[in-house]
Amino acid sequence: MSEASAGTATASAAHTHAPRRNPLKDALVESFMAGLLAAVLASFILGVRTVDAPGGLVLEYRWHWVLNAFLIVGVGRFLLRLFWWKEGAALPRALSAASGRISGVVGQRLLWLGVGLVILAFVLPFIPGIQRYHMDIAILVLTYVLLGWGLNVVVGYAGLLDLGYVAFYAVGAYSYALLAKTFGLGFWTVLPLAGFLAAIWGMILGFPVLRLRGDYLAIVTLAFGEIIRVVLLNWQEVTGGPDGISGIPRPTFFGLEFKRFGENTFHGFFGIEFSPMHRIIFLYYIILVLAMITYFVTNRLRRLPVGRAWEAMREDEIACRTLGINTTNTKLTAFAIGAFFGGLGGSFFATRQGFISPESFTFIESAIILAIVVLGGLGSQIGVALAAVVMIGGFEALRNMEWLQEFVATNFGVEHFDPGEYRMLLFGLLMVVIMVWKPRGLVGSRTPTIFLGKEKKAISREYVGEGSG
Amino acid sequence: MSATPILTVEHMTMRFGGLVAIDDLSFVAERGHITSIIGPNGAGKTTVFNCITGFYKPTTGRLTLTHEDGTTYFLERLDDFRINRFARVARTFQNIRLFTGMTVLENLLVAQHNTLMHASGYSLLAVFMPHLYRPKENDAVELAKYWLDRTGLLAHADDPAGSLPYGAQRRLEIARAMCTRPKLLCLDEPAAGLNPKESEELNRLLVSIRDEENISILLIEHDMGVVMKISDRIVVLDYGKKIAEGTPEEVRNDPAVIAAYLGVEDEEVEQATGGAQ
Repeated sequence: MSEASAGTATASAAHTHAPRRNPLKDALVESFMAGLLAAVLASFILGVRTVDAPGGLVLEYRWHWVLNAFLIVGVGRFLLRLFWWKEGAALPRALSAASGRISGVVGQRLLWLGVGLVILAFVLPFIPGIQRYHMDIAILVLTYVLLGWGLNVVVGYAGLLDLGYVAFYAVGAYSYALLAKTFGLGFWTVLPLAGFLAAIWGMILGFPVLRLRGDYLAIVTLAFGEIIRVVLLNWQEVTGGPDGISGIPRPTFFGLEFKRFGENTFHGFFGIEFSPMHRIIFLYYIILVLAMITYFVTNRLRRLPVGRAWEAMREDEIACRTLGINTTNTKLTAFAIGAFFGGLGGSFFATRQGFISPESFTFIESAIILAIVVLGGLGSQIGVALAAVVMIGGFEALRNMEWLQEFVATNFGVEHFDPGEYRMLLFGLLMVVIMVWKPRGLVGSRTPTIFLGKEKKAISREYVGEGSG
Repeated sequence: MSATPILTVEHMTMRFGGLVAIDDLSFVAERGHITSIIGPNGAGKTTVFNCITGFYKPTTGRLTLTHEDGTTYFLERLDDFRINRFARVARTFQNIRLFTGMTVLENLLVAQHNTLMHASGYSLLAVFMPHLYRPKENDAVELAKYWLDRTGLLAHADDPAGSLPYGAQRRLEIARAMCTRPKLLCLDEPAAGLNPKESEELNRLLVSIRDEENISILLIEHDMGVVMKISDRIVVLDYGKKIAEGTPEEVRNDPAVIAAYLGVEDEEVEQATGGAQ
């Protein structure tokens, strides 16, 4: 295919000197050739299929798939040729202009966008038409927003690539589950404890990786995440092993429980009718408040000496040391603060689910949180929030798209089409698209922590370092 | 100005495997002086700097830094960041090392990290009580503004450091080093890549740092226009050995120095160095 396009490039260069030739005819011929090439490739890959038959494997021919490939590639190329690859074509120019304008407008109004999102988040449960399923997605999204903001301290600010963030999430979850079940401690007591325990584990991880950079650091953090998971899986007496821990106590509202029956119930105290939504809305507000605390603390830390030292370390560690900054301590604080919020998130996860097992803390969780931070724009809090909404919210929404299911069933005759199955495929595709379109993440600029003048200019990403490890 | 030593280097040797980068180097930098280290490429000048600022630990030898109050620090025993923090030695780099993605002002605030860390209750108190920290930060900004003004960068305070022109980046690195309130400022080729006008401005800046701020300067420089004009004393290195030391006038006329710079027959060098020592 690349050969074909290279050929057309030289061919079209020649055309500019030979205006007599018909561009439409050229495009048609070229599209036909491209389609033919696709058909040849498809005849091997899609056209033939081995099927289990009584006498052994037999070949099944699916020539309609070859035709489909021919049509998709041929028509696609024809349209691209007509509307996209033409010099001064209106469509790509309009698109890139629009994208630039959107980025500009959004970039100037990031603050208002943030305020708008927060207000929306606070009134969300009371918007008519919001159902339990929407609230569940909102809670999930906010959990990832919190985790994203926590990891952002380590990866975005300090520039230390951490592939094992889920370890702290697990420490937080198991801390709450074990302390609550063994000692009967309440959610609000354990919450800060879980945070501190996770922070201690953050430091424990921090020590061996202090001297590592880049890829090596990433590998060790990855291993650390797996070690925690394997320990949880095998330490049967304490963690319950693969069976996990069930019956984790739910959080209470100043001692009032969200149960249908019992002594101190929420609906009984307020004299309202019982509804399972109360608990969901309560959980929603807990995670919303936790996320806001995370935002508040990490955002303020960024403007304080330790935050500036994190960012300076990301820019140039050697220069930091000549300025008298103890980079060892600075790295450890970054790991500890990041882990602390991971622990809070984990605690919340445990109380929301009521059941935890090592299966919830696999590497893919770390990868998703990291993807959210990178796609949002390293170091940008609003970017991380947007990325979490798009990635988590978007894909959870995909799970329950009945209209799409019906649409596919009626138009293409494919029964049991579940868009949710294509979740990870789209996840990957979206990552590729965002990284091509905006290589430095959705919010690609850095806001300085202090200004001397009145004009508050953001810093273009081209100057900002990505950290060496 | 009393000429007491601020930095005494005694019998310092630095080996990298079999390579002897610095061979039994001894010299003294006087307080309130500009001491220059010159020498041909590869003479070991930057290695001397890296030993003084703690990036390398010398194989043997002693580096003593003495403050006015008589406190002494043995630099070969201190970690690099403690050398800046306690012994108060600041440095710049031959290839500029700024925090390019941070603004000019932020660069200077990072330089005041330890003071601000203390003032902000190690940043944790200030999360909840920012009003207690605010005045200290304002003090830090004032110091930053002072040095921005001195280096002519005040108008660029909110620009990313990476967007500054080359000469301005060099000046910013000096301003950043000065914001750590050093006693000894080590400058590694500050005039490299500057045009004659900028180089002249740099001379004035360094002289004023010495005379007005009363800070001793250790300078590595190739630009003889800078070195000869402002140095109080010059140490000449070649192949890791000190081949001459003295005032600019003495060094300029030293046969060993001329031999090292211009290149002569080996026997002549031997004769010359033998003569100098």
